[in-house]
Amino acid sequence: MSLPDAVVAEIDGVIAAVEHHKREAAVDVMYALQRHYGYLCDEAMHYASKALDMTTLELESLATFYDYLYRRPVGRYVIHVCDSVVCWMFHQDSIFDYLCRKLGVPPGGTTEDGMFTVLPAACIGNCHNAPSMLINGRFYDRLTAERIDAVLAELRQSAEEPVRCK
Amino acid sequence: MQVETPLVLLKNRHLGRPATFEEYRAGGGYEALIATVGKRTPAEVLQLVLDADLRGRGGAGFPAGKKWQGIPAGYVGPRYVVVNTDEMEPGTFKDRILVNTDPHLVIEGIILCAYAVQATEGVCFIRPSYESDAVLIEEQSQVARDHGLLGDNILGSGFSFDIHVHRSAGRYICGEASAQIKAISGLRPNPRKGGPRTSVKGLWDCPTIVNNLETLANLPGIVRNGPDWFKSLARSAGGSGTKLFSVSGRISRPGCYELPIGTPLREILDHAGGMPPGRVLKAVIPGGASTPFMPDKYLDLEMDFEPMKRAGQRFGTASIMVFDQNTCLVGATLNLMEFFTRESCGWCTPCREGLPYVRHLLRLIEGGQGEEEHIGMIKDMAQAMRSAYCAFAPGAAEPLLSLFEYFEPEVREHLRQKRCPFGNPPPAMRGKACGTRPPTFGPTPCPEDQCPI
Repeated sequence: MSLPDAVVAEIDGVIAAVEHHKREAAVDVMYALQRHYGYLCDEAMHYASKALDMTTLELESLATFYDYLYRRPVGRYVIHVCDSVVCWMFHQDSIFDYLCRKLGVPPGGTTEDGMFTVLPAACIGNCHNAPSMLINGRFYDRLTAERIDAVLAELRQSAEEPVRCK
Repeated sequence: MQVETPLVLLKNRHLGRPATFEEYRAGGGYEALIATVGKRTPAEVLQLVLDADLRGRGGAGFPAGKKWQGIPAGYVGPRYVVVNTDEMEPGTFKDRILVNTDPHLVIEGIILCAYAVQATEGVCFIRPSYESDAVLIEEQSQVARDHGLLGDNILGSGFSFDIHVHRSAGRYICGEASAQIKAISGLRPNPRKGGPRTSVKGLWDCPTIVNNLETLANLPGIVRNGPDWFKSLARSAGGSGTKLFSVSGRISRPGCYELPIGTPLREILDHAGGMPPGRVLKAVIPGGASTPFMPDKYLDLEMDFEPMKRAGQRFGTASIMVFDQNTCLVGATLNLMEFFTRESCGWCTPCREGLPYVRHLLRLIEGGQGEEEHIGMIKDMAQAMRSAYCAFAPGAAEPLLSLFEYFEPEVREHLRQKRCPFGNPPPAMRGKACGTRPPTFGPTPCPEDQCPI
């Protein structure tokens, strides 16, 4: 199956923007493919390798290194829960546990309905609003169990297009 | 007593939104650039920065001017400026506040730096959780371009420079200069050891200046008002300028505060509303996760590079994380080691092997299974971690060693009581354990039935 024209155009665009150094576009191309496929499947990796003139091995070493590129299937919303020291001070991992139990998934797991993936994240730079998590490029501040319930309910209802990996 | 200090970097914060080009211009913005490009020589700008003694705000505190001087004289070819907005140091969020307050201050700073080193291309390296920063920089640099302040032939002077945003995909190690350059080049970002400095051989093997975003945001003020003004902003004798202090943790009003360099910790905490009712300060980490714990005896120490260094402390990124009397510092250190272990790039042995070893011993101590000998083992390994390739593992050793330096009785209390005296549950020995389903493993499924591969 070929990619939609819009995705091809986007990828061509980011590569053209850095024409002298194609490799610089590696992460942007993978982001674009991830937005399309939902995660970086093998087909996406092969497409990126052809588009960038890089080997799949080189791209694999990037895709498996970065924490906002997903090489395995993820849910519609990826929940990056900050577990660094300031957030830890306020919840000592209970926020992360609560999310896993509430959604019935292990760390890194995806819910049966494909809506949510829960991942621990290094400090997301929102320490003055600790404890915090990042979903779909948006910070959720000063979390409590009730607030998490409300956020999950809101996202289940929401029709917004997920801005994956941003 | 609190003295109102002039805001330099955050003077447009009262708007509550990013300042527009016109608002920035009305406050004297871009005047430094207009007075510089084509009117001063690059060497004059460099001299201003050297005289102002502007030190890097990203953690290491290396003088910016000296870094710029590292570019080989007479080098012909492209030169790059990389603006480090990775900011993944736990506790740090100043750059996000700064960009979202005054994007044009940042852009003007980048152009001034580029002019001083005669760079042709700038790369803003921005972490994924700061997508709003990336969008703002892209939009506002277009505005600057439309006004002829960026791009080809800036203000008709013949000097050309343009910036673009490089979106990162995460990982703490990308904040290290050589790793960041590799990340931009589409390589696995392992820091490099030895070899020429990045100012000699950096991005695409050309001279590259990697500076923290806040460092560059100081340039418009220095160029417009002069080095003496910049030095007069500081309160400590040898210091210069103001600093964005990110205060977080157990404090009444956590947030980002711009205060003169050299302001004592006590006053900074007062600005942030002091300790919440019923809580007593035990320690702070003064400059992000790679700096030692600072016990309350240093409350009146001037927060500046040199005075803190003399006291055995590190200024770092000036992100102050406040721990109160009810927080277990062994648990906090264990959390930091979990962070460092996970974020290690795994390239060199002291870091890849040393961190999990230390983490295991701290888990034992925090869980009540600690032995006397573990303390010595941790200290030995912390020394061994100093021989790693980059500053990552030595940075991790800083809070670790300071835990034993200042809070050894607290560690020994764990050994004596055979549990955490603060009542924390024993940590899971093999990472996060929770949930109801085991993780699934197997080949990566392909979404298409007709997969060509």
